[in-house]
Amino acid sequence: MTGFFRRNGIVISTYLLLAVFVWVAIMIVLPQAYMLDFSFRFNLPPGKIGGPEDVYTLKNYRYLLFGRPGDEAMFNVLHLTVFLRTIIASIFVTLINFAICYPIAYYIAQVAKGGQARALILILILPFWVNEILRAFAFRILFGTSGVINAFLQTFGIIDQPIDFIRADIALYAGLSYAYILLMVFPLYNAIESLDHNQVEAARDLGSPWWRIHWRVVMPHAKPGIASGCTLVFMLTAGALAAPQILGGPSSFWFTQIIYRWFNTGGNWPQGAAYAIVLLLACLIFVLTVMRLFKVSLGEIAK
Amino acid sequence: MSADVDLDHVTIRFGDFTAVQDAHLGIKGGEFFSFLGPSGCGKTTILRAVSGFLEPTEGDVRIGGQSMRGIGPNKRPTALIFQNLALFPLMSVADNIAFGLEVRGVGKAERRKRADELLDLIALQGQGDKKVSELSGGQKQRVAIARALAVEPEVLLLDEPLSALDLKLRQHMRTELRAIQQRVGITFIYITHDQGEALTMSDRIAVMSQGVIQQVGTGADVYENSQTSFVASFVGENNPFVGRITAVDSNYAVVESTFGPLRGRNLSGLRTGDQAMLFVRPESLSYLNGGTVPENTIQSTVVNSEFEGSFFSVFLQGEGSKSIVMSMTNSGDLPAFEQGAAATVGFQADRAVVLPVGEVADE
Repeated sequence: MTGFFRRNGIVISTYLLLAVFVWVAIMIVLPQAYMLDFSFRFNLPPGKIGGPEDVYTLKNYRYLLFGRPGDEAMFNVLHLTVFLRTIIASIFVTLINFAICYPIAYYIAQVAKGGQARALILILILPFWVNEILRAFAFRILFGTSGVINAFLQTFGIIDQPIDFIRADIALYAGLSYAYILLMVFPLYNAIESLDHNQVEAARDLGSPWWRIHWRVVMPHAKPGIASGCTLVFMLTAGALAAPQILGGPSSFWFTQIIYRWFNTGGNWPQGAAYAIVLLLACLIFVLTVMRLFKVSLGEIAK
Repeated sequence: MSADVDLDHVTIRFGDFTAVQDAHLGIKGGEFFSFLGPSGCGKTTILRAVSGFLEPTEGDVRIGGQSMRGIGPNKRPTALIFQNLALFPLMSVADNIAFGLEVRGVGKAERRKRADELLDLIALQGQGDKKVSELSGGQKQRVAIARALAVEPEVLLLDEPLSALDLKLRQHMRTELRAIQQRVGITFIYITHDQGEALTMSDRIAVMSQGVIQQVGTGADVYENSQTSFVASFVGENNPFVGRITAVDSNYAVVESTFGPLRGRNLSGLRTGDQAMLFVRPESLSYLNGGTVPENTIQSTVVNSEFEGSFFSVFLQGEGSKSIVMSMTNSGDLPAFEQGAAATVGFQADRAVVLPVGEVADE
């Protein structure tokens, strides 16, 4: 510690420590601690907060699992279904993202020449200067029954009747996949870029077909980047709100939308907090399990 | 199995730049053949054309008599050893060696058996489960060779594989590479800018400069009977003397240099009046003060001398401040070469070559 101060000087050292402390404590730990605390409390009117009725309870968590006491059904089927579907759909979106981004990242990192690679990266980044909500609405216009895609398909006589992409959730998955695509491309690009191209050529020279080169040489090398990209996309997709709100069909509810309703229209913060904590934990457990399966450590992801 | 490799008028261009100009030569099956030249001379480009990573713009590469046009590197009977080796760092040593077999669908047990056999060949018995990063430079080198040999190529291509090693190891690996080549008996095509490597290992050498093959021959041939000024100056040390030819008789020509007439072998049929370069090697010069006088003598002064262990390099300065290098075996009875002392040196006409004026390799 004294070494740290001597190296950087009093002013800079104090600033660095303070900045890290503020970041971790105020931006990360405190809000989450509050949420955790909220999730174990009753939803009381302001007057009763801090009073004798303000005690800890498991009621909010029980509600997600079993619904209201006295309900006919054993479990809170509606919310649990939405929860499971959100997780599974997020996995699906993550896989789609990986399938789309891996070839792009490989091309930019290993195949494209300098100027071409920079141009491609710019093309990828530019659309993200547009606000997330605007992008979601743009997708709505694209996929609407009288939207560009339907118009195109009808003009060329591929379909007679417009397809309801929104009801079929195609718009939702497309929008979600697109929303966080950069967070998949860049970790992949960084990881693949550091691979010595001679290794690709060596594998090819030894007789390897292209898919085996990727399976045995490129992907193992890029594993930390793959893990990092997939984690980011999965977490953010599971926690997305704008895209499901704007592009979701009437039958597809995203778990975040339920949380949003508890906080907003429902006015029940403790209930919302409990749901949010469950989502957070589920995501964490899922990500850590996948990382263990693929033998990636947290340190590698941060590389 | 070893195969002939034929370059049939191969020209390779990148845009306007011609990397290889009309390379035309035949490499015999089982031969250790080297391409020697400075960096940027096109030797690596030729290697990539043989391995299949690029196609000749004109001409054809034939392996075992078969045209390789349109056949990718994964389908050619060649294996390439990269300059930086390009071992797979995430695989074990044995998996590296057996990668080519894995690709060919050989079962796990059989693969391991072959890898162990090859580890024996390269004297790394029992090290198959190590990580690549645990090996030393020379061991990695040998693993790269084993990995290439595992696929039983008919032609092994080596792209300056020794350049990353230190001097001692490099010399050791030369002997080892040559021994491996003789044991497996396949064609080796070796790329290098190091003439020592080319001369010690190769059956034949092609000397290249600026995309053009200057001369093909055995090491001794290229060294003793250089056909162009580039070959004479690039392979080994050489002292050039420029001048006009004043006389030609049978296989000899006399060049009128600043030191007077100098006589050497006329290998390329030059005629009287032609502008020419006479090359004489440092070890062909002898120190004459007081001794017998051969046909060519040069008056000079000593600039300095360098002790090289087994020999001395003596730097002389002659007429018109031209510098001359002479090397003398450290026989124990050499005179002291004092700076500024006059020195008469000479050489036999048979030890010098007269060539057309051309490009000279700069050291």
